[in-house]
Amino acid sequence: MSGRVLVGVKRVIDYAVKIRVKPDNSGIVTDGVKHSMNPFCEIAIEEAVKLKEKKLIKEVVAVSCGPQQSQETIRTALAMGADRGIHVEVTGKDYETLGPLQVSKIMAALAKKEDAQLIILGKQAIDDDCNQTGQMTAALLDWPQGTFASEVALEGDKVKVVREIDGGLETIKINTPAVVTADLRLNTPRYATLPNIMKAKKKKIANMKPADLGVDLTSRLEVLRVDEPPQRQAGVKVETVDDLDSLMNNWTVFHKCTQRTSLCVVLIPLLETVTPEDMRKEEC
Amino acid sequence: VLLQSAVVDSALSAFRSICGEDGVSLAAAVREQHGKDESVHRCRPPDVVVFPRCVEEVSAIAKVCHKYDFPIIPFGTGTGLEGGVGAVKGGVCFSLRNMDQVLDLHQEDFDVTVEPGVTRMALNAYLRDTGLWFPVDPGADASLCGMAATSASGTNAVRYGTMRENVLNLEVVLADGTIVHTAGKGRRPRKTSAGYNLTNLFVGSEGTLGIITKTTLRLYGVPESMVSAICSFPSVQAAVDSTVQILQSGVPIARIEFLDDVMIDACNRFSSLSYPVTPTLFLEFHGSERSLEEQVNTAEDITQSNGGSDFMWARDPETRNKLWKARHDAWYAAQALRPGCKAYSTDVCVPLSQLPQIIMETKEDLIENRLTGPIAGHVGDGNFHCLMVVDPDDPEELHSVHLFTERLARRALAMDGTCTGEHGVGLGKRALLREELGQTSIQVMQGLKDTLDPKNLMNPEKVLQLRRV
Repeated sequence: MSGRVLVGVKRVIDYAVKIRVKPDNSGIVTDGVKHSMNPFCEIAIEEAVKLKEKKLIKEVVAVSCGPQQSQETIRTALAMGADRGIHVEVTGKDYETLGPLQVSKIMAALAKKEDAQLIILGKQAIDDDCNQTGQMTAALLDWPQGTFASEVALEGDKVKVVREIDGGLETIKINTPAVVTADLRLNTPRYATLPNIMKAKKKKIANMKPADLGVDLTSRLEVLRVDEPPQRQAGVKVETVDDLDSLMNNWTVFHKCTQRTSLCVVLIPLLETVTPEDMRKEEC
Repeated sequence: VLLQSAVVDSALSAFRSICGEDGVSLAAAVREQHGKDESVHRCRPPDVVVFPRCVEEVSAIAKVCHKYDFPIIPFGTGTGLEGGVGAVKGGVCFSLRNMDQVLDLHQEDFDVTVEPGVTRMALNAYLRDTGLWFPVDPGADASLCGMAATSASGTNAVRYGTMRENVLNLEVVLADGTIVHTAGKGRRPRKTSAGYNLTNLFVGSEGTLGIITKTTLRLYGVPESMVSAICSFPSVQAAVDSTVQILQSGVPIARIEFLDDVMIDACNRFSSLSYPVTPTLFLEFHGSERSLEEQVNTAEDITQSNGGSDFMWARDPETRNKLWKARHDAWYAAQALRPGCKAYSTDVCVPLSQLPQIIMETKEDLIENRLTGPIAGHVGDGNFHCLMVVDPDDPEELHSVHLFTERLARRALAMDGTCTGEHGVGLGKRALLREELGQTSIQVMQGLKDTLDPKNLMNPEKVLQLRRV
C-alpha cells in the first residue's frame, strides 16, 4: 500500500459572508468577497493529518481545482499538515461551469497517477451543496465509498466507516483503495498556527492542467438563472378559533406558544420555509 | 422621555431619511430588547431604536439628537453585566449591529480594524486561516467595540492583557456628531508617544463620552500547542501562594483560574464529577511542544511544594476539555444550586497578596448572611467573582445580596483594590467609584465629561453620577 491519501479542498465563499445575487441574476457576487476553504474540506484535511500523525498513512496530498487563488486554499491545507499540494488550473468559463462531474474525473485521474490508497473529500461544498463528487469519484474508479463519515478507522487493508444516515448511524467496512467523504462530526479541524503557515510556504505545490490528465471539462449543465429566496412576509396573529378556521384552507398552521391563559397561533404563508430561527423570532 | 410631538415627528422623520424606513423602530418589543443587558438591572427601554449602517449615519443621527437634546445610548450585543444600556432618561438607542465588517487586516503587523457589529468569535472565525487570533475572551460573544467601551477582560488576561492593552486606535462619534480618530486616522503603530492617550480615555468610558464605531486591535499568534492542568489545594492560601510563585518563576501561564470548595461542590453535582471538594486551580499553558514541557514541570513542582495534590494535565483537546469541564460549566452549576433563581456575578479585584484574606472574609460574610455565592476567580490578576444565586422575586433576598456586594466592594477598596475588575461601573457602582477614586479624581473625570459632552447626552446616569446643571 502506498500510504498516500489524496484530499480534495475547494475554495468557496466564506460561510460567514452574506451572499448577494448579481443584478442580472446570472450568478452570485464573488468579486472582492472573502473566500476560504470549504468547511467540510477542512474536516477532510484534519482527518488525513490525524491518520498521518497516528502513523497509519505516510503522505497527505491536497488537491484543488480552480484559478490562481486556489493555491491559497492549498497553502491552508499545507499549514494544517498536508505534505504537498497539486493545483489543477481551471479558469474562465471552464471554472464557472466546473462541477462534481469534472472534478471527480480529475480526482480519479490523479488517484491513478499518484497511486492513492485513500481519497478523503468533504461531503459537499457549501456553495453548490451538490454532495456528488465523492460518489462520482468512487464510481469512476470502481472503488468502494464510505460517505457522510462521522468516524473513520483504518484496519489493515480495510476501512471501517461510521456513517451518519437518516435513521441514525451505520457502520460499514470497505476495502482500500476507497473514497471517504467527511461529515460535520468527524472531527474539529485545527487552527493553522503561524509557525506552520511559515513551514507551509516551503512545501511544494505542483501545477497542472486538466488536459494533462486527459480530462474533458465540458459541462452538461447550464445555469439559467439565480434568484434570492423570497422575502420573509409577516406572520398573522389570530385571536379566535373561528378566524383560524376561515384561514385554514390556504395556510399552513403552526401551533405556537401556549401561555398559561391564552392560545396564540401564528399562520405562516405556505411558500415559506420556516426555520427554527424564524419560529424563535415569532414567539410572543 | 421625548415630550413635544412636533419635535418628535421632526426628529423621527430625520432619522428615517438618514437610516431608511427599516432603520428606525418604535416597536415595543424592539425597544425592550434594547433596554436591557445580562445584568440584574431591570429593563429601561429607549424611546426609539435606530440602526445606522455606517459612521456617517451615526454622525448624522447624533447631530439630530444633539439639536433636540435627546439622550444617546450606544448598543452592541447587549451582553453587559452592569446595566450599561438601560435608557434611564429615555432617548435614542443606536443599535450598531448592522455595521459588521472586518476592515483592514494586516497579518504581518498583527493588527485588524473592526466595526461594532463584529463579535469576538466572529473575528476569530474570520482569522482562522491566518494563524492569528484576538485572545481577550469575556464570557459572552460580545461586540469588540462594546468590549472596548467597557474595557473588558477574560480568562487569559494574565498573559495577553485586557482591552486596555490591546486597542491601538478608535474611531469615535461624539455627542454633537464630530468624528474623532483617537490615534489619528488609519494609524496603527505598535507603540507611540504622540500626545494625550485619547484611545485609552475612551476605552472603558461605557458609552458616556462617545459612540465607538471602529476599533483597531492588537492580534497574537495562535498558540502552537496547549496543555491544561488542574490541581487541588488544602487552602485558599496555598492556591494563591502557588499562583504568585508560578508568576514569579517566569512561566508565561495563559490561564490560571480559581474555584472555591462551594463552587467545586456545585460543579461535581451539576456535571457528575468527583473532584475533591477543596480550593482548586485550573491552569492552561500555551507554547511550543518543548516549552510546554518545561512550563508544566515548573508549575507542578511549585504546586506540590505548596501542598497541592492530584495534579493532572492533558494535551489533546478532548481530555483538556474534560479537565476544564468544571470551570466551563461553573456559571450553570452555580445556577443549578437553586433552580428558578438568577445568577448575579460580583466583580472585585485586589493585589494578589490580599486575595486569600479577602476571599476568607467574603466566605465568612456569605455564611453569616446565609447567601449562596460560589466563588470563581482569575486568580492570576487578583480578580474574583462571587456567583450570587438569588430568587428574583424575593425583595428581601435581593436587598441582602445588594448589601453584600457593597460590603465586598468596600472590602476590596480597603485592600488597595477596585470595585470592578472587568464588568464596569454602569448603573450600580457609581457611588463606589466615587469612594474608589476620591473627590479630586472624580472631579477630573467630570471635567473631561463636561468637555466632551456638555449637554450630558451620552448614556446618562452611567459611570458618573448626574451633576445638577
